[in-house]
Amino acid sequence: MRSLRDIHTAILPLRLEGAGYRVGGAQLLSDITLNIAPGRRLVILGPNGAGKSLLLRLCHGLIEPTSGSRVWASGEARAEAQAMVFQRPVLLRRSVAANLDYPLSLRGVPRAERRETVTSTLRRFGLEHLADRPARLLSGGEQQRLAVARARAMAPQVLFLDEPTSALDPSATRIIESMIEGFSAEGIAIVMTTHDLGQARRLAQDVAFLHRGRLIEHRPANMFFSGPKAPETRAFLAGELIW
Amino acid sequence: MDGAFTAAFGLIASGDAALMQIIGLSLRVTLTAVAIASLIGLPLGAGLALARFPGRGAVIVLFNALMGLPPVVAGLLVYLMLSRSGPLGGLALLFTPTAMIVAQTILILPIVVSLTRSVVEDLWAEYRDQLRSLGASRLRAVPTLLWDGRVSLLTGILAGFGRASAEVGAVLIVGGNIAGHTRTMTTAITLETARGSLSLAVALGIILMGLTLALNAVAWGAGQWARGRLG
Repeated sequence: MRSLRDIHTAILPLRLEGAGYRVGGAQLLSDITLNIAPGRRLVILGPNGAGKSLLLRLCHGLIEPTSGSRVWASGEARAEAQAMVFQRPVLLRRSVAANLDYPLSLRGVPRAERRETVTSTLRRFGLEHLADRPARLLSGGEQQRLAVARARAMAPQVLFLDEPTSALDPSATRIIESMIEGFSAEGIAIVMTTHDLGQARRLAQDVAFLHRGRLIEHRPANMFFSGPKAPETRAFLAGELIW
Repeated sequence: MDGAFTAAFGLIASGDAALMQIIGLSLRVTLTAVAIASLIGLPLGAGLALARFPGRGAVIVLFNALMGLPPVVAGLLVYLMLSRSGPLGGLALLFTPTAMIVAQTILILPIVVSLTRSVVEDLWAEYRDQLRSLGASRLRAVPTLLWDGRVSLLTGILAGFGRASAEVGAVLIVGGNIAGHTRTMTTAITLETARGSLSLAVALGIILMGLTLALNAVAWGAGQWARGRLG
């Protein structure tokens, strides 16, 4: 048995050293060297097929780099104090409260502490009235809110989000963005992908720009959006603005 | 023929003791076999869905093929195992309800395994990244996937029940159709029809179909309810 409070060792910075990912002869990510610092909000931008989701999965540990390496500061192969929110989250066919409880029970958190965490999470994110509702029957916005809440309940030091609002309407998007800002204020590092440049401008402290599986730029957001740019970045930003 | 139906309803209405005994034994044998096959088959099928090992394809094909195992062949295999000169002859189980349960379990198991594998494989494709992200190992994912697939899995278990309750070959060979001891609805129907006493055969046929219909109605209702309730 272990408690969430035991997860103290700093897992960040996460460092990718020349990481590549190759499958079936296709080089999907090439030679990516990237430092994910504690407490920062990093937004990964790039055109479709640039490898944004793949990079997120590689950082999170769902796939392993086929070249180069991924190193957590804690030295773990796959750090426990991290969580990920998917574009289309998979909620289990059980109640909202049971969905929050599930990852905690996987970690062997004692029952009493689990109940406490579930209750406080429900309260914090305004999900109390939905606690006993089947998670699969919630609206799209409520489902994503639950997925983000579930990720937060796992007490991550870094939270990965893969286009978390691309299927949501503006009001649900606003709720998710404010949740993300709240986590960031708590010191949780945020790494997210988005197609929405407005969202990137609102949330990003740093931007990593990917193009054809390569990391073109990684710099503070204000410099990315207003400073001198790599030609790919200029084309991307110009194209997006015209479109 | 009309006489047979009238007599059949008479038998059912009167709650004939021999009839009730036969129904009771049939249900006990088949439901026990379904329970054992599910206990083994659900985790086995789920394990087969998630595990990757050499020869996995062959195992899958084997279980799929065994879904078509003729009941008489299953009965014969169990008979050979349990007959006095067989490897398990010392247990003296031949011509007992236990032998019938074993034979029916062998018939049902491939259905439960194959359908479970198929259901869990589909679920795993959808859940894999999320469950791994939440920290579930493959082994730990098994009960989660079984629970989330419960509505679909019920269909597989029902198909197993249908196969076992309908078959006559296996229970006849290993049970011996002994009155009051190993006579089931299907073996009784076989015997009574051969003897020309159609009323008992028809009564049993009606009851057998009625039970199957009722069970399927309940399962379907439960499935619909669960879909509406659980999404």
